[in-house]
Amino acid sequence: MLSPKEVEHVALLARLKLTDEEKETYRRQLSDILDNFRKLQDLDTENIPPTAHVLPLQNVFREDRVGGHMAVEKVLANAPQRQDNFFKVPKIV
Amino acid sequence: MAQYEAVIGLEVHVELKTNTKIFCNSSTEFGADPNHHVCPVCLGLPGVLPVINKKVVEYAIKAGLALNCKIAPFSKFDRKNYYYPDLPKNYQISQYDLPIAEHGQLEINLDGETKRIGITRVHMEEDAGKLVHQGTISTTPYSLVDYNRTGVPLIEIVSEPDMRSPEEAVAYLEKLKAIIQYTEVSDCKMQEGSLRCDANISVRPVGQVEFGTKTELKNMNSFKALHKAITYEIERQIDVLDEGGQVVQETRTWDEDKGVTLPLRSKEEAHDYRYFPDPDLVPLVISEAWVDEIRASLPELPDERKARFVNEYGLPEYDALVLTSTRELADYFEQCVELFNNPKTVSNWVMGDLARMMNATGREIGAVRIKPAQLAEMLKLLDKGTISGKIAKTVFEEMFNTGKDPGVIVEEKGLVQISDEGKIEKIVSDVIAANPKSVEDYRGGKKQAIGFLVGQVMKATKGKANPGLVNKLLKEKLDS
Ligand SMILES: [Zn+2]
Repeated sequence: MLSPKEVEHVALLARLKLTDEEKETYRRQLSDILDNFRKLQDLDTENIPPTAHVLPLQNVFREDRVGGHMAVEKVLANAPQRQDNFFKVPKIV
Repeated sequence: MAQYEAVIGLEVHVELKTNTKIFCNSSTEFGADPNHHVCPVCLGLPGVLPVINKKVVEYAIKAGLALNCKIAPFSKFDRKNYYYPDLPKNYQISQYDLPIAEHGQLEINLDGETKRIGITRVHMEEDAGKLVHQGTISTTPYSLVDYNRTGVPLIEIVSEPDMRSPEEAVAYLEKLKAIIQYTEVSDCKMQEGSLRCDANISVRPVGQVEFGTKTELKNMNSFKALHKAITYEIERQIDVLDEGGQVVQETRTWDEDKGVTLPLRSKEEAHDYRYFPDPDLVPLVISEAWVDEIRASLPELPDERKARFVNEYGLPEYDALVLTSTRELADYFEQCVELFNNPKTVSNWVMGDLARMMNATGREIGAVRIKPAQLAEMLKLLDKGTISGKIAKTVFEEMFNTGKDPGVIVEEKGLVQISDEGKIEKIVSDVIAANPKSVEDYRGGKKQAIGFLVGQVMKATKGKANPGLVNKLLKEKLDS
């Protein structure tokens, strides 16, 4: 079972503000998920190469050629706040 | 009090000189209007698919090879998760456990000693955007975000903790910069941010094997700042230990104005980046054939070029080291030698007067107005005796400031050396007549008195008299 502290840590990393009730709910749910994944540890993977990707693809490249850019009005269309052509955000230092 | 030694490792970010960003076809051009070089991919809008720029992989391999790394046959991209407004996706695409290159090294030369510094890894990642602040950062309540730089390709080069002094750290960064510039995958301009350096620093009592607790130093924007910041931080840590305290593992920033390092935001939780493979990007399988092809395209690197300068031009080690410290300077030297085949003379002028003028004006070799052909031309004038050594210095300064041809300057200013024996003989006679005391000294056995008389002749001719002739004629007259 996850500790309440671990849930709080994960919530902080995800910038989520949880009520005590939610913390308890997620603690149970996350623990269940982890328990389920833990079952995979029981499988014998001795001779299985590690998987880096689920698709059988490799080396998908793009050539180094400049394409179109978005119009700046479109870029800023969803900005909660803007100043000139910048996104305006609370200062974080 | 215990004796301490410092343990230093550097993490260097280098912007690659591609046309487009690492995962989209937005332009990487520097200095565009804010938020004009962006697209849905680098803005991290939902539903987009990043695709790796082939040139980025090629450049990363090239840099890896130049740093004597092993190129990974299998490599992949991972997501590094953290929240910051310059990162629109809330994760940075980077490489975690399978970087493109590992196990490299380079050699630094310090006080005639050569030392090997290990390179742990080279990996590819995307740059973040730029935060702009109006007024001072402490008073403004807002940050303005420009995402033009978001997604510009970077390689991060991580060294082993092999350096023991600020001088070694600076020598490492200088060498790294030179090597990367030689490969032409980056400009490596520290002031413009295409080369950025963080330092991990700890101290330990001499003889102790385990490392002490380290701090990570950021915000050093020049070689000078790097040296000052590391020096300060080493002393700070030693003071803490000497007072019985403990060094706290933290990120600190170099405050250039105050000349101190200060703790940055406390990130006790933020260091949990939760890396995982990026499902949008498929793995890279690097063939030996591709690596060989890139290896074949590597230019002559600083160490090889230095050795060649010693062998081919007979230059002293020191000259060769300085001249090959940047590709541009080495090219300049060689272009000049091609036209004036006296390497040591060219070296003396490049390392002497040219370096002095460059330092005085803060101009880099690329911005120097004297073209190699013009310097060669001036050295020919000097060699032929058209101008004297003293006049050459004047001509050189004029060339440096105006970019004019030496022949034009000599003509315009009437600086042609006087080699007319009759003319000089007349002046020599005048000088002898006007300085009986020196003449007496000379004839009485104080042979060095001739120096003063030569000086008087040169003064009378404004430095234009051929010094060889002056000496000869003076001696003839005095000894007769
Ligand atoms: Zn883009």
